[in-house]
Amino acid sequence: MNAKNLPVAILLALLAVGTFAPLAIPGTMPGFWLEVLIGGLMAGVLYALVALGFVLIYKASGVFNFAQGAMVLFAALTLARLAEVMPLWLAFVLAAAVMVAFAWLVERLVLRKLVAQEGVTLLMATLGISFFIDGFGQTVWGSDIYQIDLGISKDPLFVLQSFFEGGVLLNRDDIVAAVAAVGLVLALALFFQKTSTGRALRAVADDHQAAQSIGIPLSRIWVIVWSVAGFVALVAGMVWGSKLGVQFSLQEVALRALPVVILGGFTSVPGAILGGLIIGVGEKMAEVFVAPMLVKAFDLAGGGIENWFAYMLALLFLLVRPQGLFGERHIDRV
Amino acid sequence: MFYRENGQIKTSYRADQAILPMRQDRWFLGVLLAFAFLVVPFVATEYQLRALMIPFLIYALAALGLNLLVGYCGQISLGTGAFMAVGAYAAYNFSIRLPELNFAIVLILSGGCAAAVGILFGIPSLRIKGLYLAVATLAAQFFFDWVFARVRWMTNNSASGSVSPAPVEFFGVTVDSAPEKYLFVLTAVVLLALAAKNLVRSHVGRSWMAMRDMDVAAEVIGIRPVHAKLTAFAVSSFVVGIAGALWGFMHLGSWEPAAFNLNMSLRLLFMIIIGGMGSILGCFFGAAFMWFLPILLNQVPTTLGLQMSTATIAHLELMIVGALIVFFLVVEPHGLARLWSIAKDKLRLWPFPH
Repeated sequence: MNAKNLPVAILLALLAVGTFAPLAIPGTMPGFWLEVLIGGLMAGVLYALVALGFVLIYKASGVFNFAQGAMVLFAALTLARLAEVMPLWLAFVLAAAVMVAFAWLVERLVLRKLVAQEGVTLLMATLGISFFIDGFGQTVWGSDIYQIDLGISKDPLFVLQSFFEGGVLLNRDDIVAAVAAVGLVLALALFFQKTSTGRALRAVADDHQAAQSIGIPLSRIWVIVWSVAGFVALVAGMVWGSKLGVQFSLQEVALRALPVVILGGFTSVPGAILGGLIIGVGEKMAEVFVAPMLVKAFDLAGGGIENWFAYMLALLFLLVRPQGLFGERHIDRV
Repeated sequence: MFYRENGQIKTSYRADQAILPMRQDRWFLGVLLAFAFLVVPFVATEYQLRALMIPFLIYALAALGLNLLVGYCGQISLGTGAFMAVGAYAAYNFSIRLPELNFAIVLILSGGCAAAVGILFGIPSLRIKGLYLAVATLAAQFFFDWVFARVRWMTNNSASGSVSPAPVEFFGVTVDSAPEKYLFVLTAVVLLALAAKNLVRSHVGRSWMAMRDMDVAAEVIGIRPVHAKLTAFAVSSFVVGIAGALWGFMHLGSWEPAAFNLNMSLRLLFMIIIGGMGSILGCFFGAAFMWFLPILLNQVPTTLGLQMSTATIAHLELMIVGALIVFFLVVEPHGLARLWSIAKDKLRLWPFPH
């Protein structure tokens, strides 16, 4: 290990210690701690689902897609409203088709005109896109809270009852989410490694110009990658939507997933997963075990530190390792 | 025909360096200012002042602060709302804990608090830029949302979490009625805009612009990046903080942390994109556009006799704003300010184009 990795190692070690430290607090039930840990991991999986969308687009087009959250909301809204009049699988297929059409429009109307612009300009363009589809989605589909019913029973599962008193509580939809995330990651890994389109995507990600000069059509690649990101948004929207209901606040989930990408690295799919898990666990642990101490010490009006905990973690990471855990190194240092 | 510079010969360095080199421009601005100071407060209705002019001016001021950072120094910020909140809450705490302090001093102190916070959250900009910096400033946004919602001391132990300061007293005059508030805000905005205009023409502003255009080259010609970036963060946050204090005291009257959330930050960013990055005038255009457009949109359906719910109008507004941002980024990245200067150039030759 060289000296550069030392701060990262220290940070990660601190995080690990922080995860297990609550066990040392007198009065913490191991079963409760395990429940918090699992809850954090599950939340992390959901964050990772959203973060995947960020990573895909950034990898292939160098655009940081601020509209990912709006895409999640839009996809979930489309799915929820379509599912009211048709079976869920058909609604899912149609919603996926809508996301592909959306990807095509974005490429046609926005990206193509902004080729070779600075990253910040593109970031602001995606901010504009995000406002647009927020308004569009709610104009077309309505702005109430909708339910997506995946047919999963809401009864919690109790496992490990022989080890802990009362067992450990698990939500069934969390398990489905975890399975969906793992399946999606495997499918994406296969897609990137084994198909010719996947190879073309990786080529574009490495070097736009070189890829273009060997005959890879950039614009088609962008449509494909935005479609894939749209599909990921659809899956994320479906899972989150069935958990929280489809509503405007689904957008904030995407903002929560932003530190995940910083932590894992903008260009790394495994980084998105691992970052999601770290943030998910860190957030829950901080909220459940640290927040009460803060409240007591500073006389706060309630905890809620999970709103910024992930961001502060990401900020620390930015200072010691701007490219994230697994990101590529060629970042513009100032 | 009326707008040409024939015969206006500059005979001194002062004349050459004037902010407005053309006599017509100076007259126009003079008439505009006279109108804003002497006519508007007496002619405009209470509603027009309270709901249109005061928020517009404060938005313009906040956009101006943000533009110094984003447009002039090239450092993106998504945490403007947080810096406004720092200004507003600092002003609140100064005014209730030191009631004898003059409000002008309170404003400057609260701007100073915002500047200190701005420097703190600007430190990451020394190592990172672009969207990484966007995330760092976003951290400021979420952190301060939380601080002002949860730390009781900040809101003076208010039970509901919202604060409502007493009306401002300024040299013995209670600034309470709409015209008084309007004049107070207008004075602050004019003074700060003039200061900003001069600052960006000075060596400080030029070092910011050099940083923005190419940081490596700027460093080579002897501009210290630490100095340039942190001064940009400080000055920008100072102006934004004052705007925040004015927003709280002069526009809202009583507020809660949600008044300065991420939406505020994004709204201000859009103002400078639409108005024009790196232009003081553009801030006013952008603020006018973003503040008056929704109000106009609200009027359109009723005048056309259409029945639309307020929700639909709000969604349409989102769509229009989003589409306009993309449109401006694609077609005219320099925004309305650029269109304005093109129009002026055309006007100088009109009606004979050669």
